[in-house]
Amino acid sequence: MATTAVEAPIVGAASEKVTDKRVVRRRLGPGPRIPGTLWIGPVLLLGLWSLASATGVLDPRTLSEPWVVVETAQRLIADGRLPEALATSAYRAALGLVIGVGVGLALALVSGLSRVGEALIDGPVQVKRAIPSLALMPLLILWLGIGEPMKVITIALGVLIPIYIHTHNGLRGIDSRYAELAETVSLGRGAFVRHVVLPGAAPGFLLGLRFAVLNALLALVVVEQVNATSGIGHMITLASSYGQTEIIVVGLVVYALLGLVADGIVRFTEGKALAWRRTLESH
Amino acid sequence: MATHAGESLTASEGPAVRVEGLRRSFSEAGGVLNGLDLTIERGEFVALIGRSGSGKSTLLRALAGLDRSVSGSGVVEVPERVSVVFQDSRLLPWRRVLDNVVLGLSGADARARGLEALAEVGLGGRDQAWPHQLSGGEQQRAALARSLVRDPQLLLADEPFGALDALTRIKMHKLLENLYAAHHPAILLVTHDVDEAITLADRVIVLVDGVVGSDIRIDLGATRSPGDPRFASLRAQMLAELGVVESVEEEVA
Ligand SMILES: Nc1ncnc2c1ncn2[C@@H]1O[C@H](COP(=O)(O)OP(=O)(O)O)[C@@H](O)[C@H]1O
Ligand SMILES: [Mg+2]
Repeated sequence: MATTAVEAPIVGAASEKVTDKRVVRRRLGPGPRIPGTLWIGPVLLLGLWSLASATGVLDPRTLSEPWVVVETAQRLIADGRLPEALATSAYRAALGLVIGVGVGLALALVSGLSRVGEALIDGPVQVKRAIPSLALMPLLILWLGIGEPMKVITIALGVLIPIYIHTHNGLRGIDSRYAELAETVSLGRGAFVRHVVLPGAAPGFLLGLRFAVLNALLALVVVEQVNATSGIGHMITLASSYGQTEIIVVGLVVYALLGLVADGIVRFTEGKALAWRRTLESH
Repeated sequence: MATHAGESLTASEGPAVRVEGLRRSFSEAGGVLNGLDLTIERGEFVALIGRSGSGKSTLLRALAGLDRSVSGSGVVEVPERVSVVFQDSRLLPWRRVLDNVVLGLSGADARARGLEALAEVGLGGRDQAWPHQLSGGEQQRAALARSLVRDPQLLLADEPFGALDALTRIKMHKLLENLYAAHHPAILLVTHDVDEAITLADRVIVLVDGVVGSDIRIDLGATRSPGDPRFASLRAQMLAELGVVESVEEEVA
């Protein structure tokens, strides 16, 4: 409630500014990138949080002060708890991601390149798609127990679906004229997959990968709250029962960083792998 | 283009292309090709003209072996190395120009040969460009390089210059003439442009009702000009075959 008082002047200032309509009309694309714009929002939010904590508007029992969070993070790093938890969580997420991507990609290729494969694979995957991966957890716990296999497989299941859907879409969207070309230059099956199918499906795959990374993180958060004895989720659950908001915030920040780093890697790969494309993004 | 007669025919054991009784149909109603016969000698440059929908592409695809799903019958004999140039350059957008040119080639010298072919079509130095960075004419040059680097005995081209502007097309005619003089494959050039056919080919075939309607030898020598009265009369003859009455015919003749 109190934060509205802080926000109000900013909103007022923005609405008073005269918009230059010509800039809007100049081109239909979003225009060139403004460097550093990604950080304006988060920095502003951090400023608000500091202000609210410093003025006492924000009770530390609701949300710890930013500097306390930073101190706590330093302490957790120094005593090794955070690095260990992070390593455990990152390993879980990465393993689930790798397995999910591998299986999703393989299924998409088989289903995209052969009608028999499609008949066998597409249906079950679409059915699986309708069931949220997290809803399968009770069954997975029953089958695999509450150990690492259950956690990794839950993550992999969440990853597999977007990878499959988007790669399959990308595959089916490849212009059949390229298949014709491949025939005229006598490409073999393997070379056809390497030169036409994989690069042609890459935009779809990379889009799927971005969703997959989000899903992996989401699944990670959930599986770590189910009887985890290690990892960021365990750290957060423990802090929650002791009312240590600063540790919870540190955990959340680490989750966010995990997500940002993973997304950044995917975007970077996208930029490299899709350099051949002319899109609004690059012009 | 008529300067090659007799060359390299000595070593041959037969024509480059032999087609007998070729039938192709897409529906029960009627065939697109109705028992077509065609022979192309080694190193011969043949142009194929015909109205839109007359089956030119269907014939070319049959020769290229791209029509396995089409019902039909007949004998088709083509050489071992056949290259195809399409109306669109069909460069893979995700492969650089050189990688497109050497697509499917193996061997240590593939890239060197690719670079050579690019230089030959006037694209030296553009080997690392992406296809979308080339103009329409340049893309078609790259497509020509891709077909030539395979040292084809038969080059099939389906309206390769159809999407280009008039000036670029004239340049491409020159290029194709030079490439033909240097490599001497048999060529089947599908075109809707009668002047292009007369300018480039040794022989022009008019496709009518799914068979060869007429087979016209072009004996105009190496330099051909549309102003030449013989050129004009050939054009009038072909347009008449195609069912087009040329209004300016009298003036030229
Ligand atoms: N894949 C196809 N399916 C059905 N009909 C086709 C197909 N390809 C061509 N045709 C038909 O066959 C006829 C000849 O086509 P085409 O060989 O492409 O003509 P051209 O190249 O001379 O313009 C046309 O009537 C066309 O509609
Ligand atoms: Mg055609």
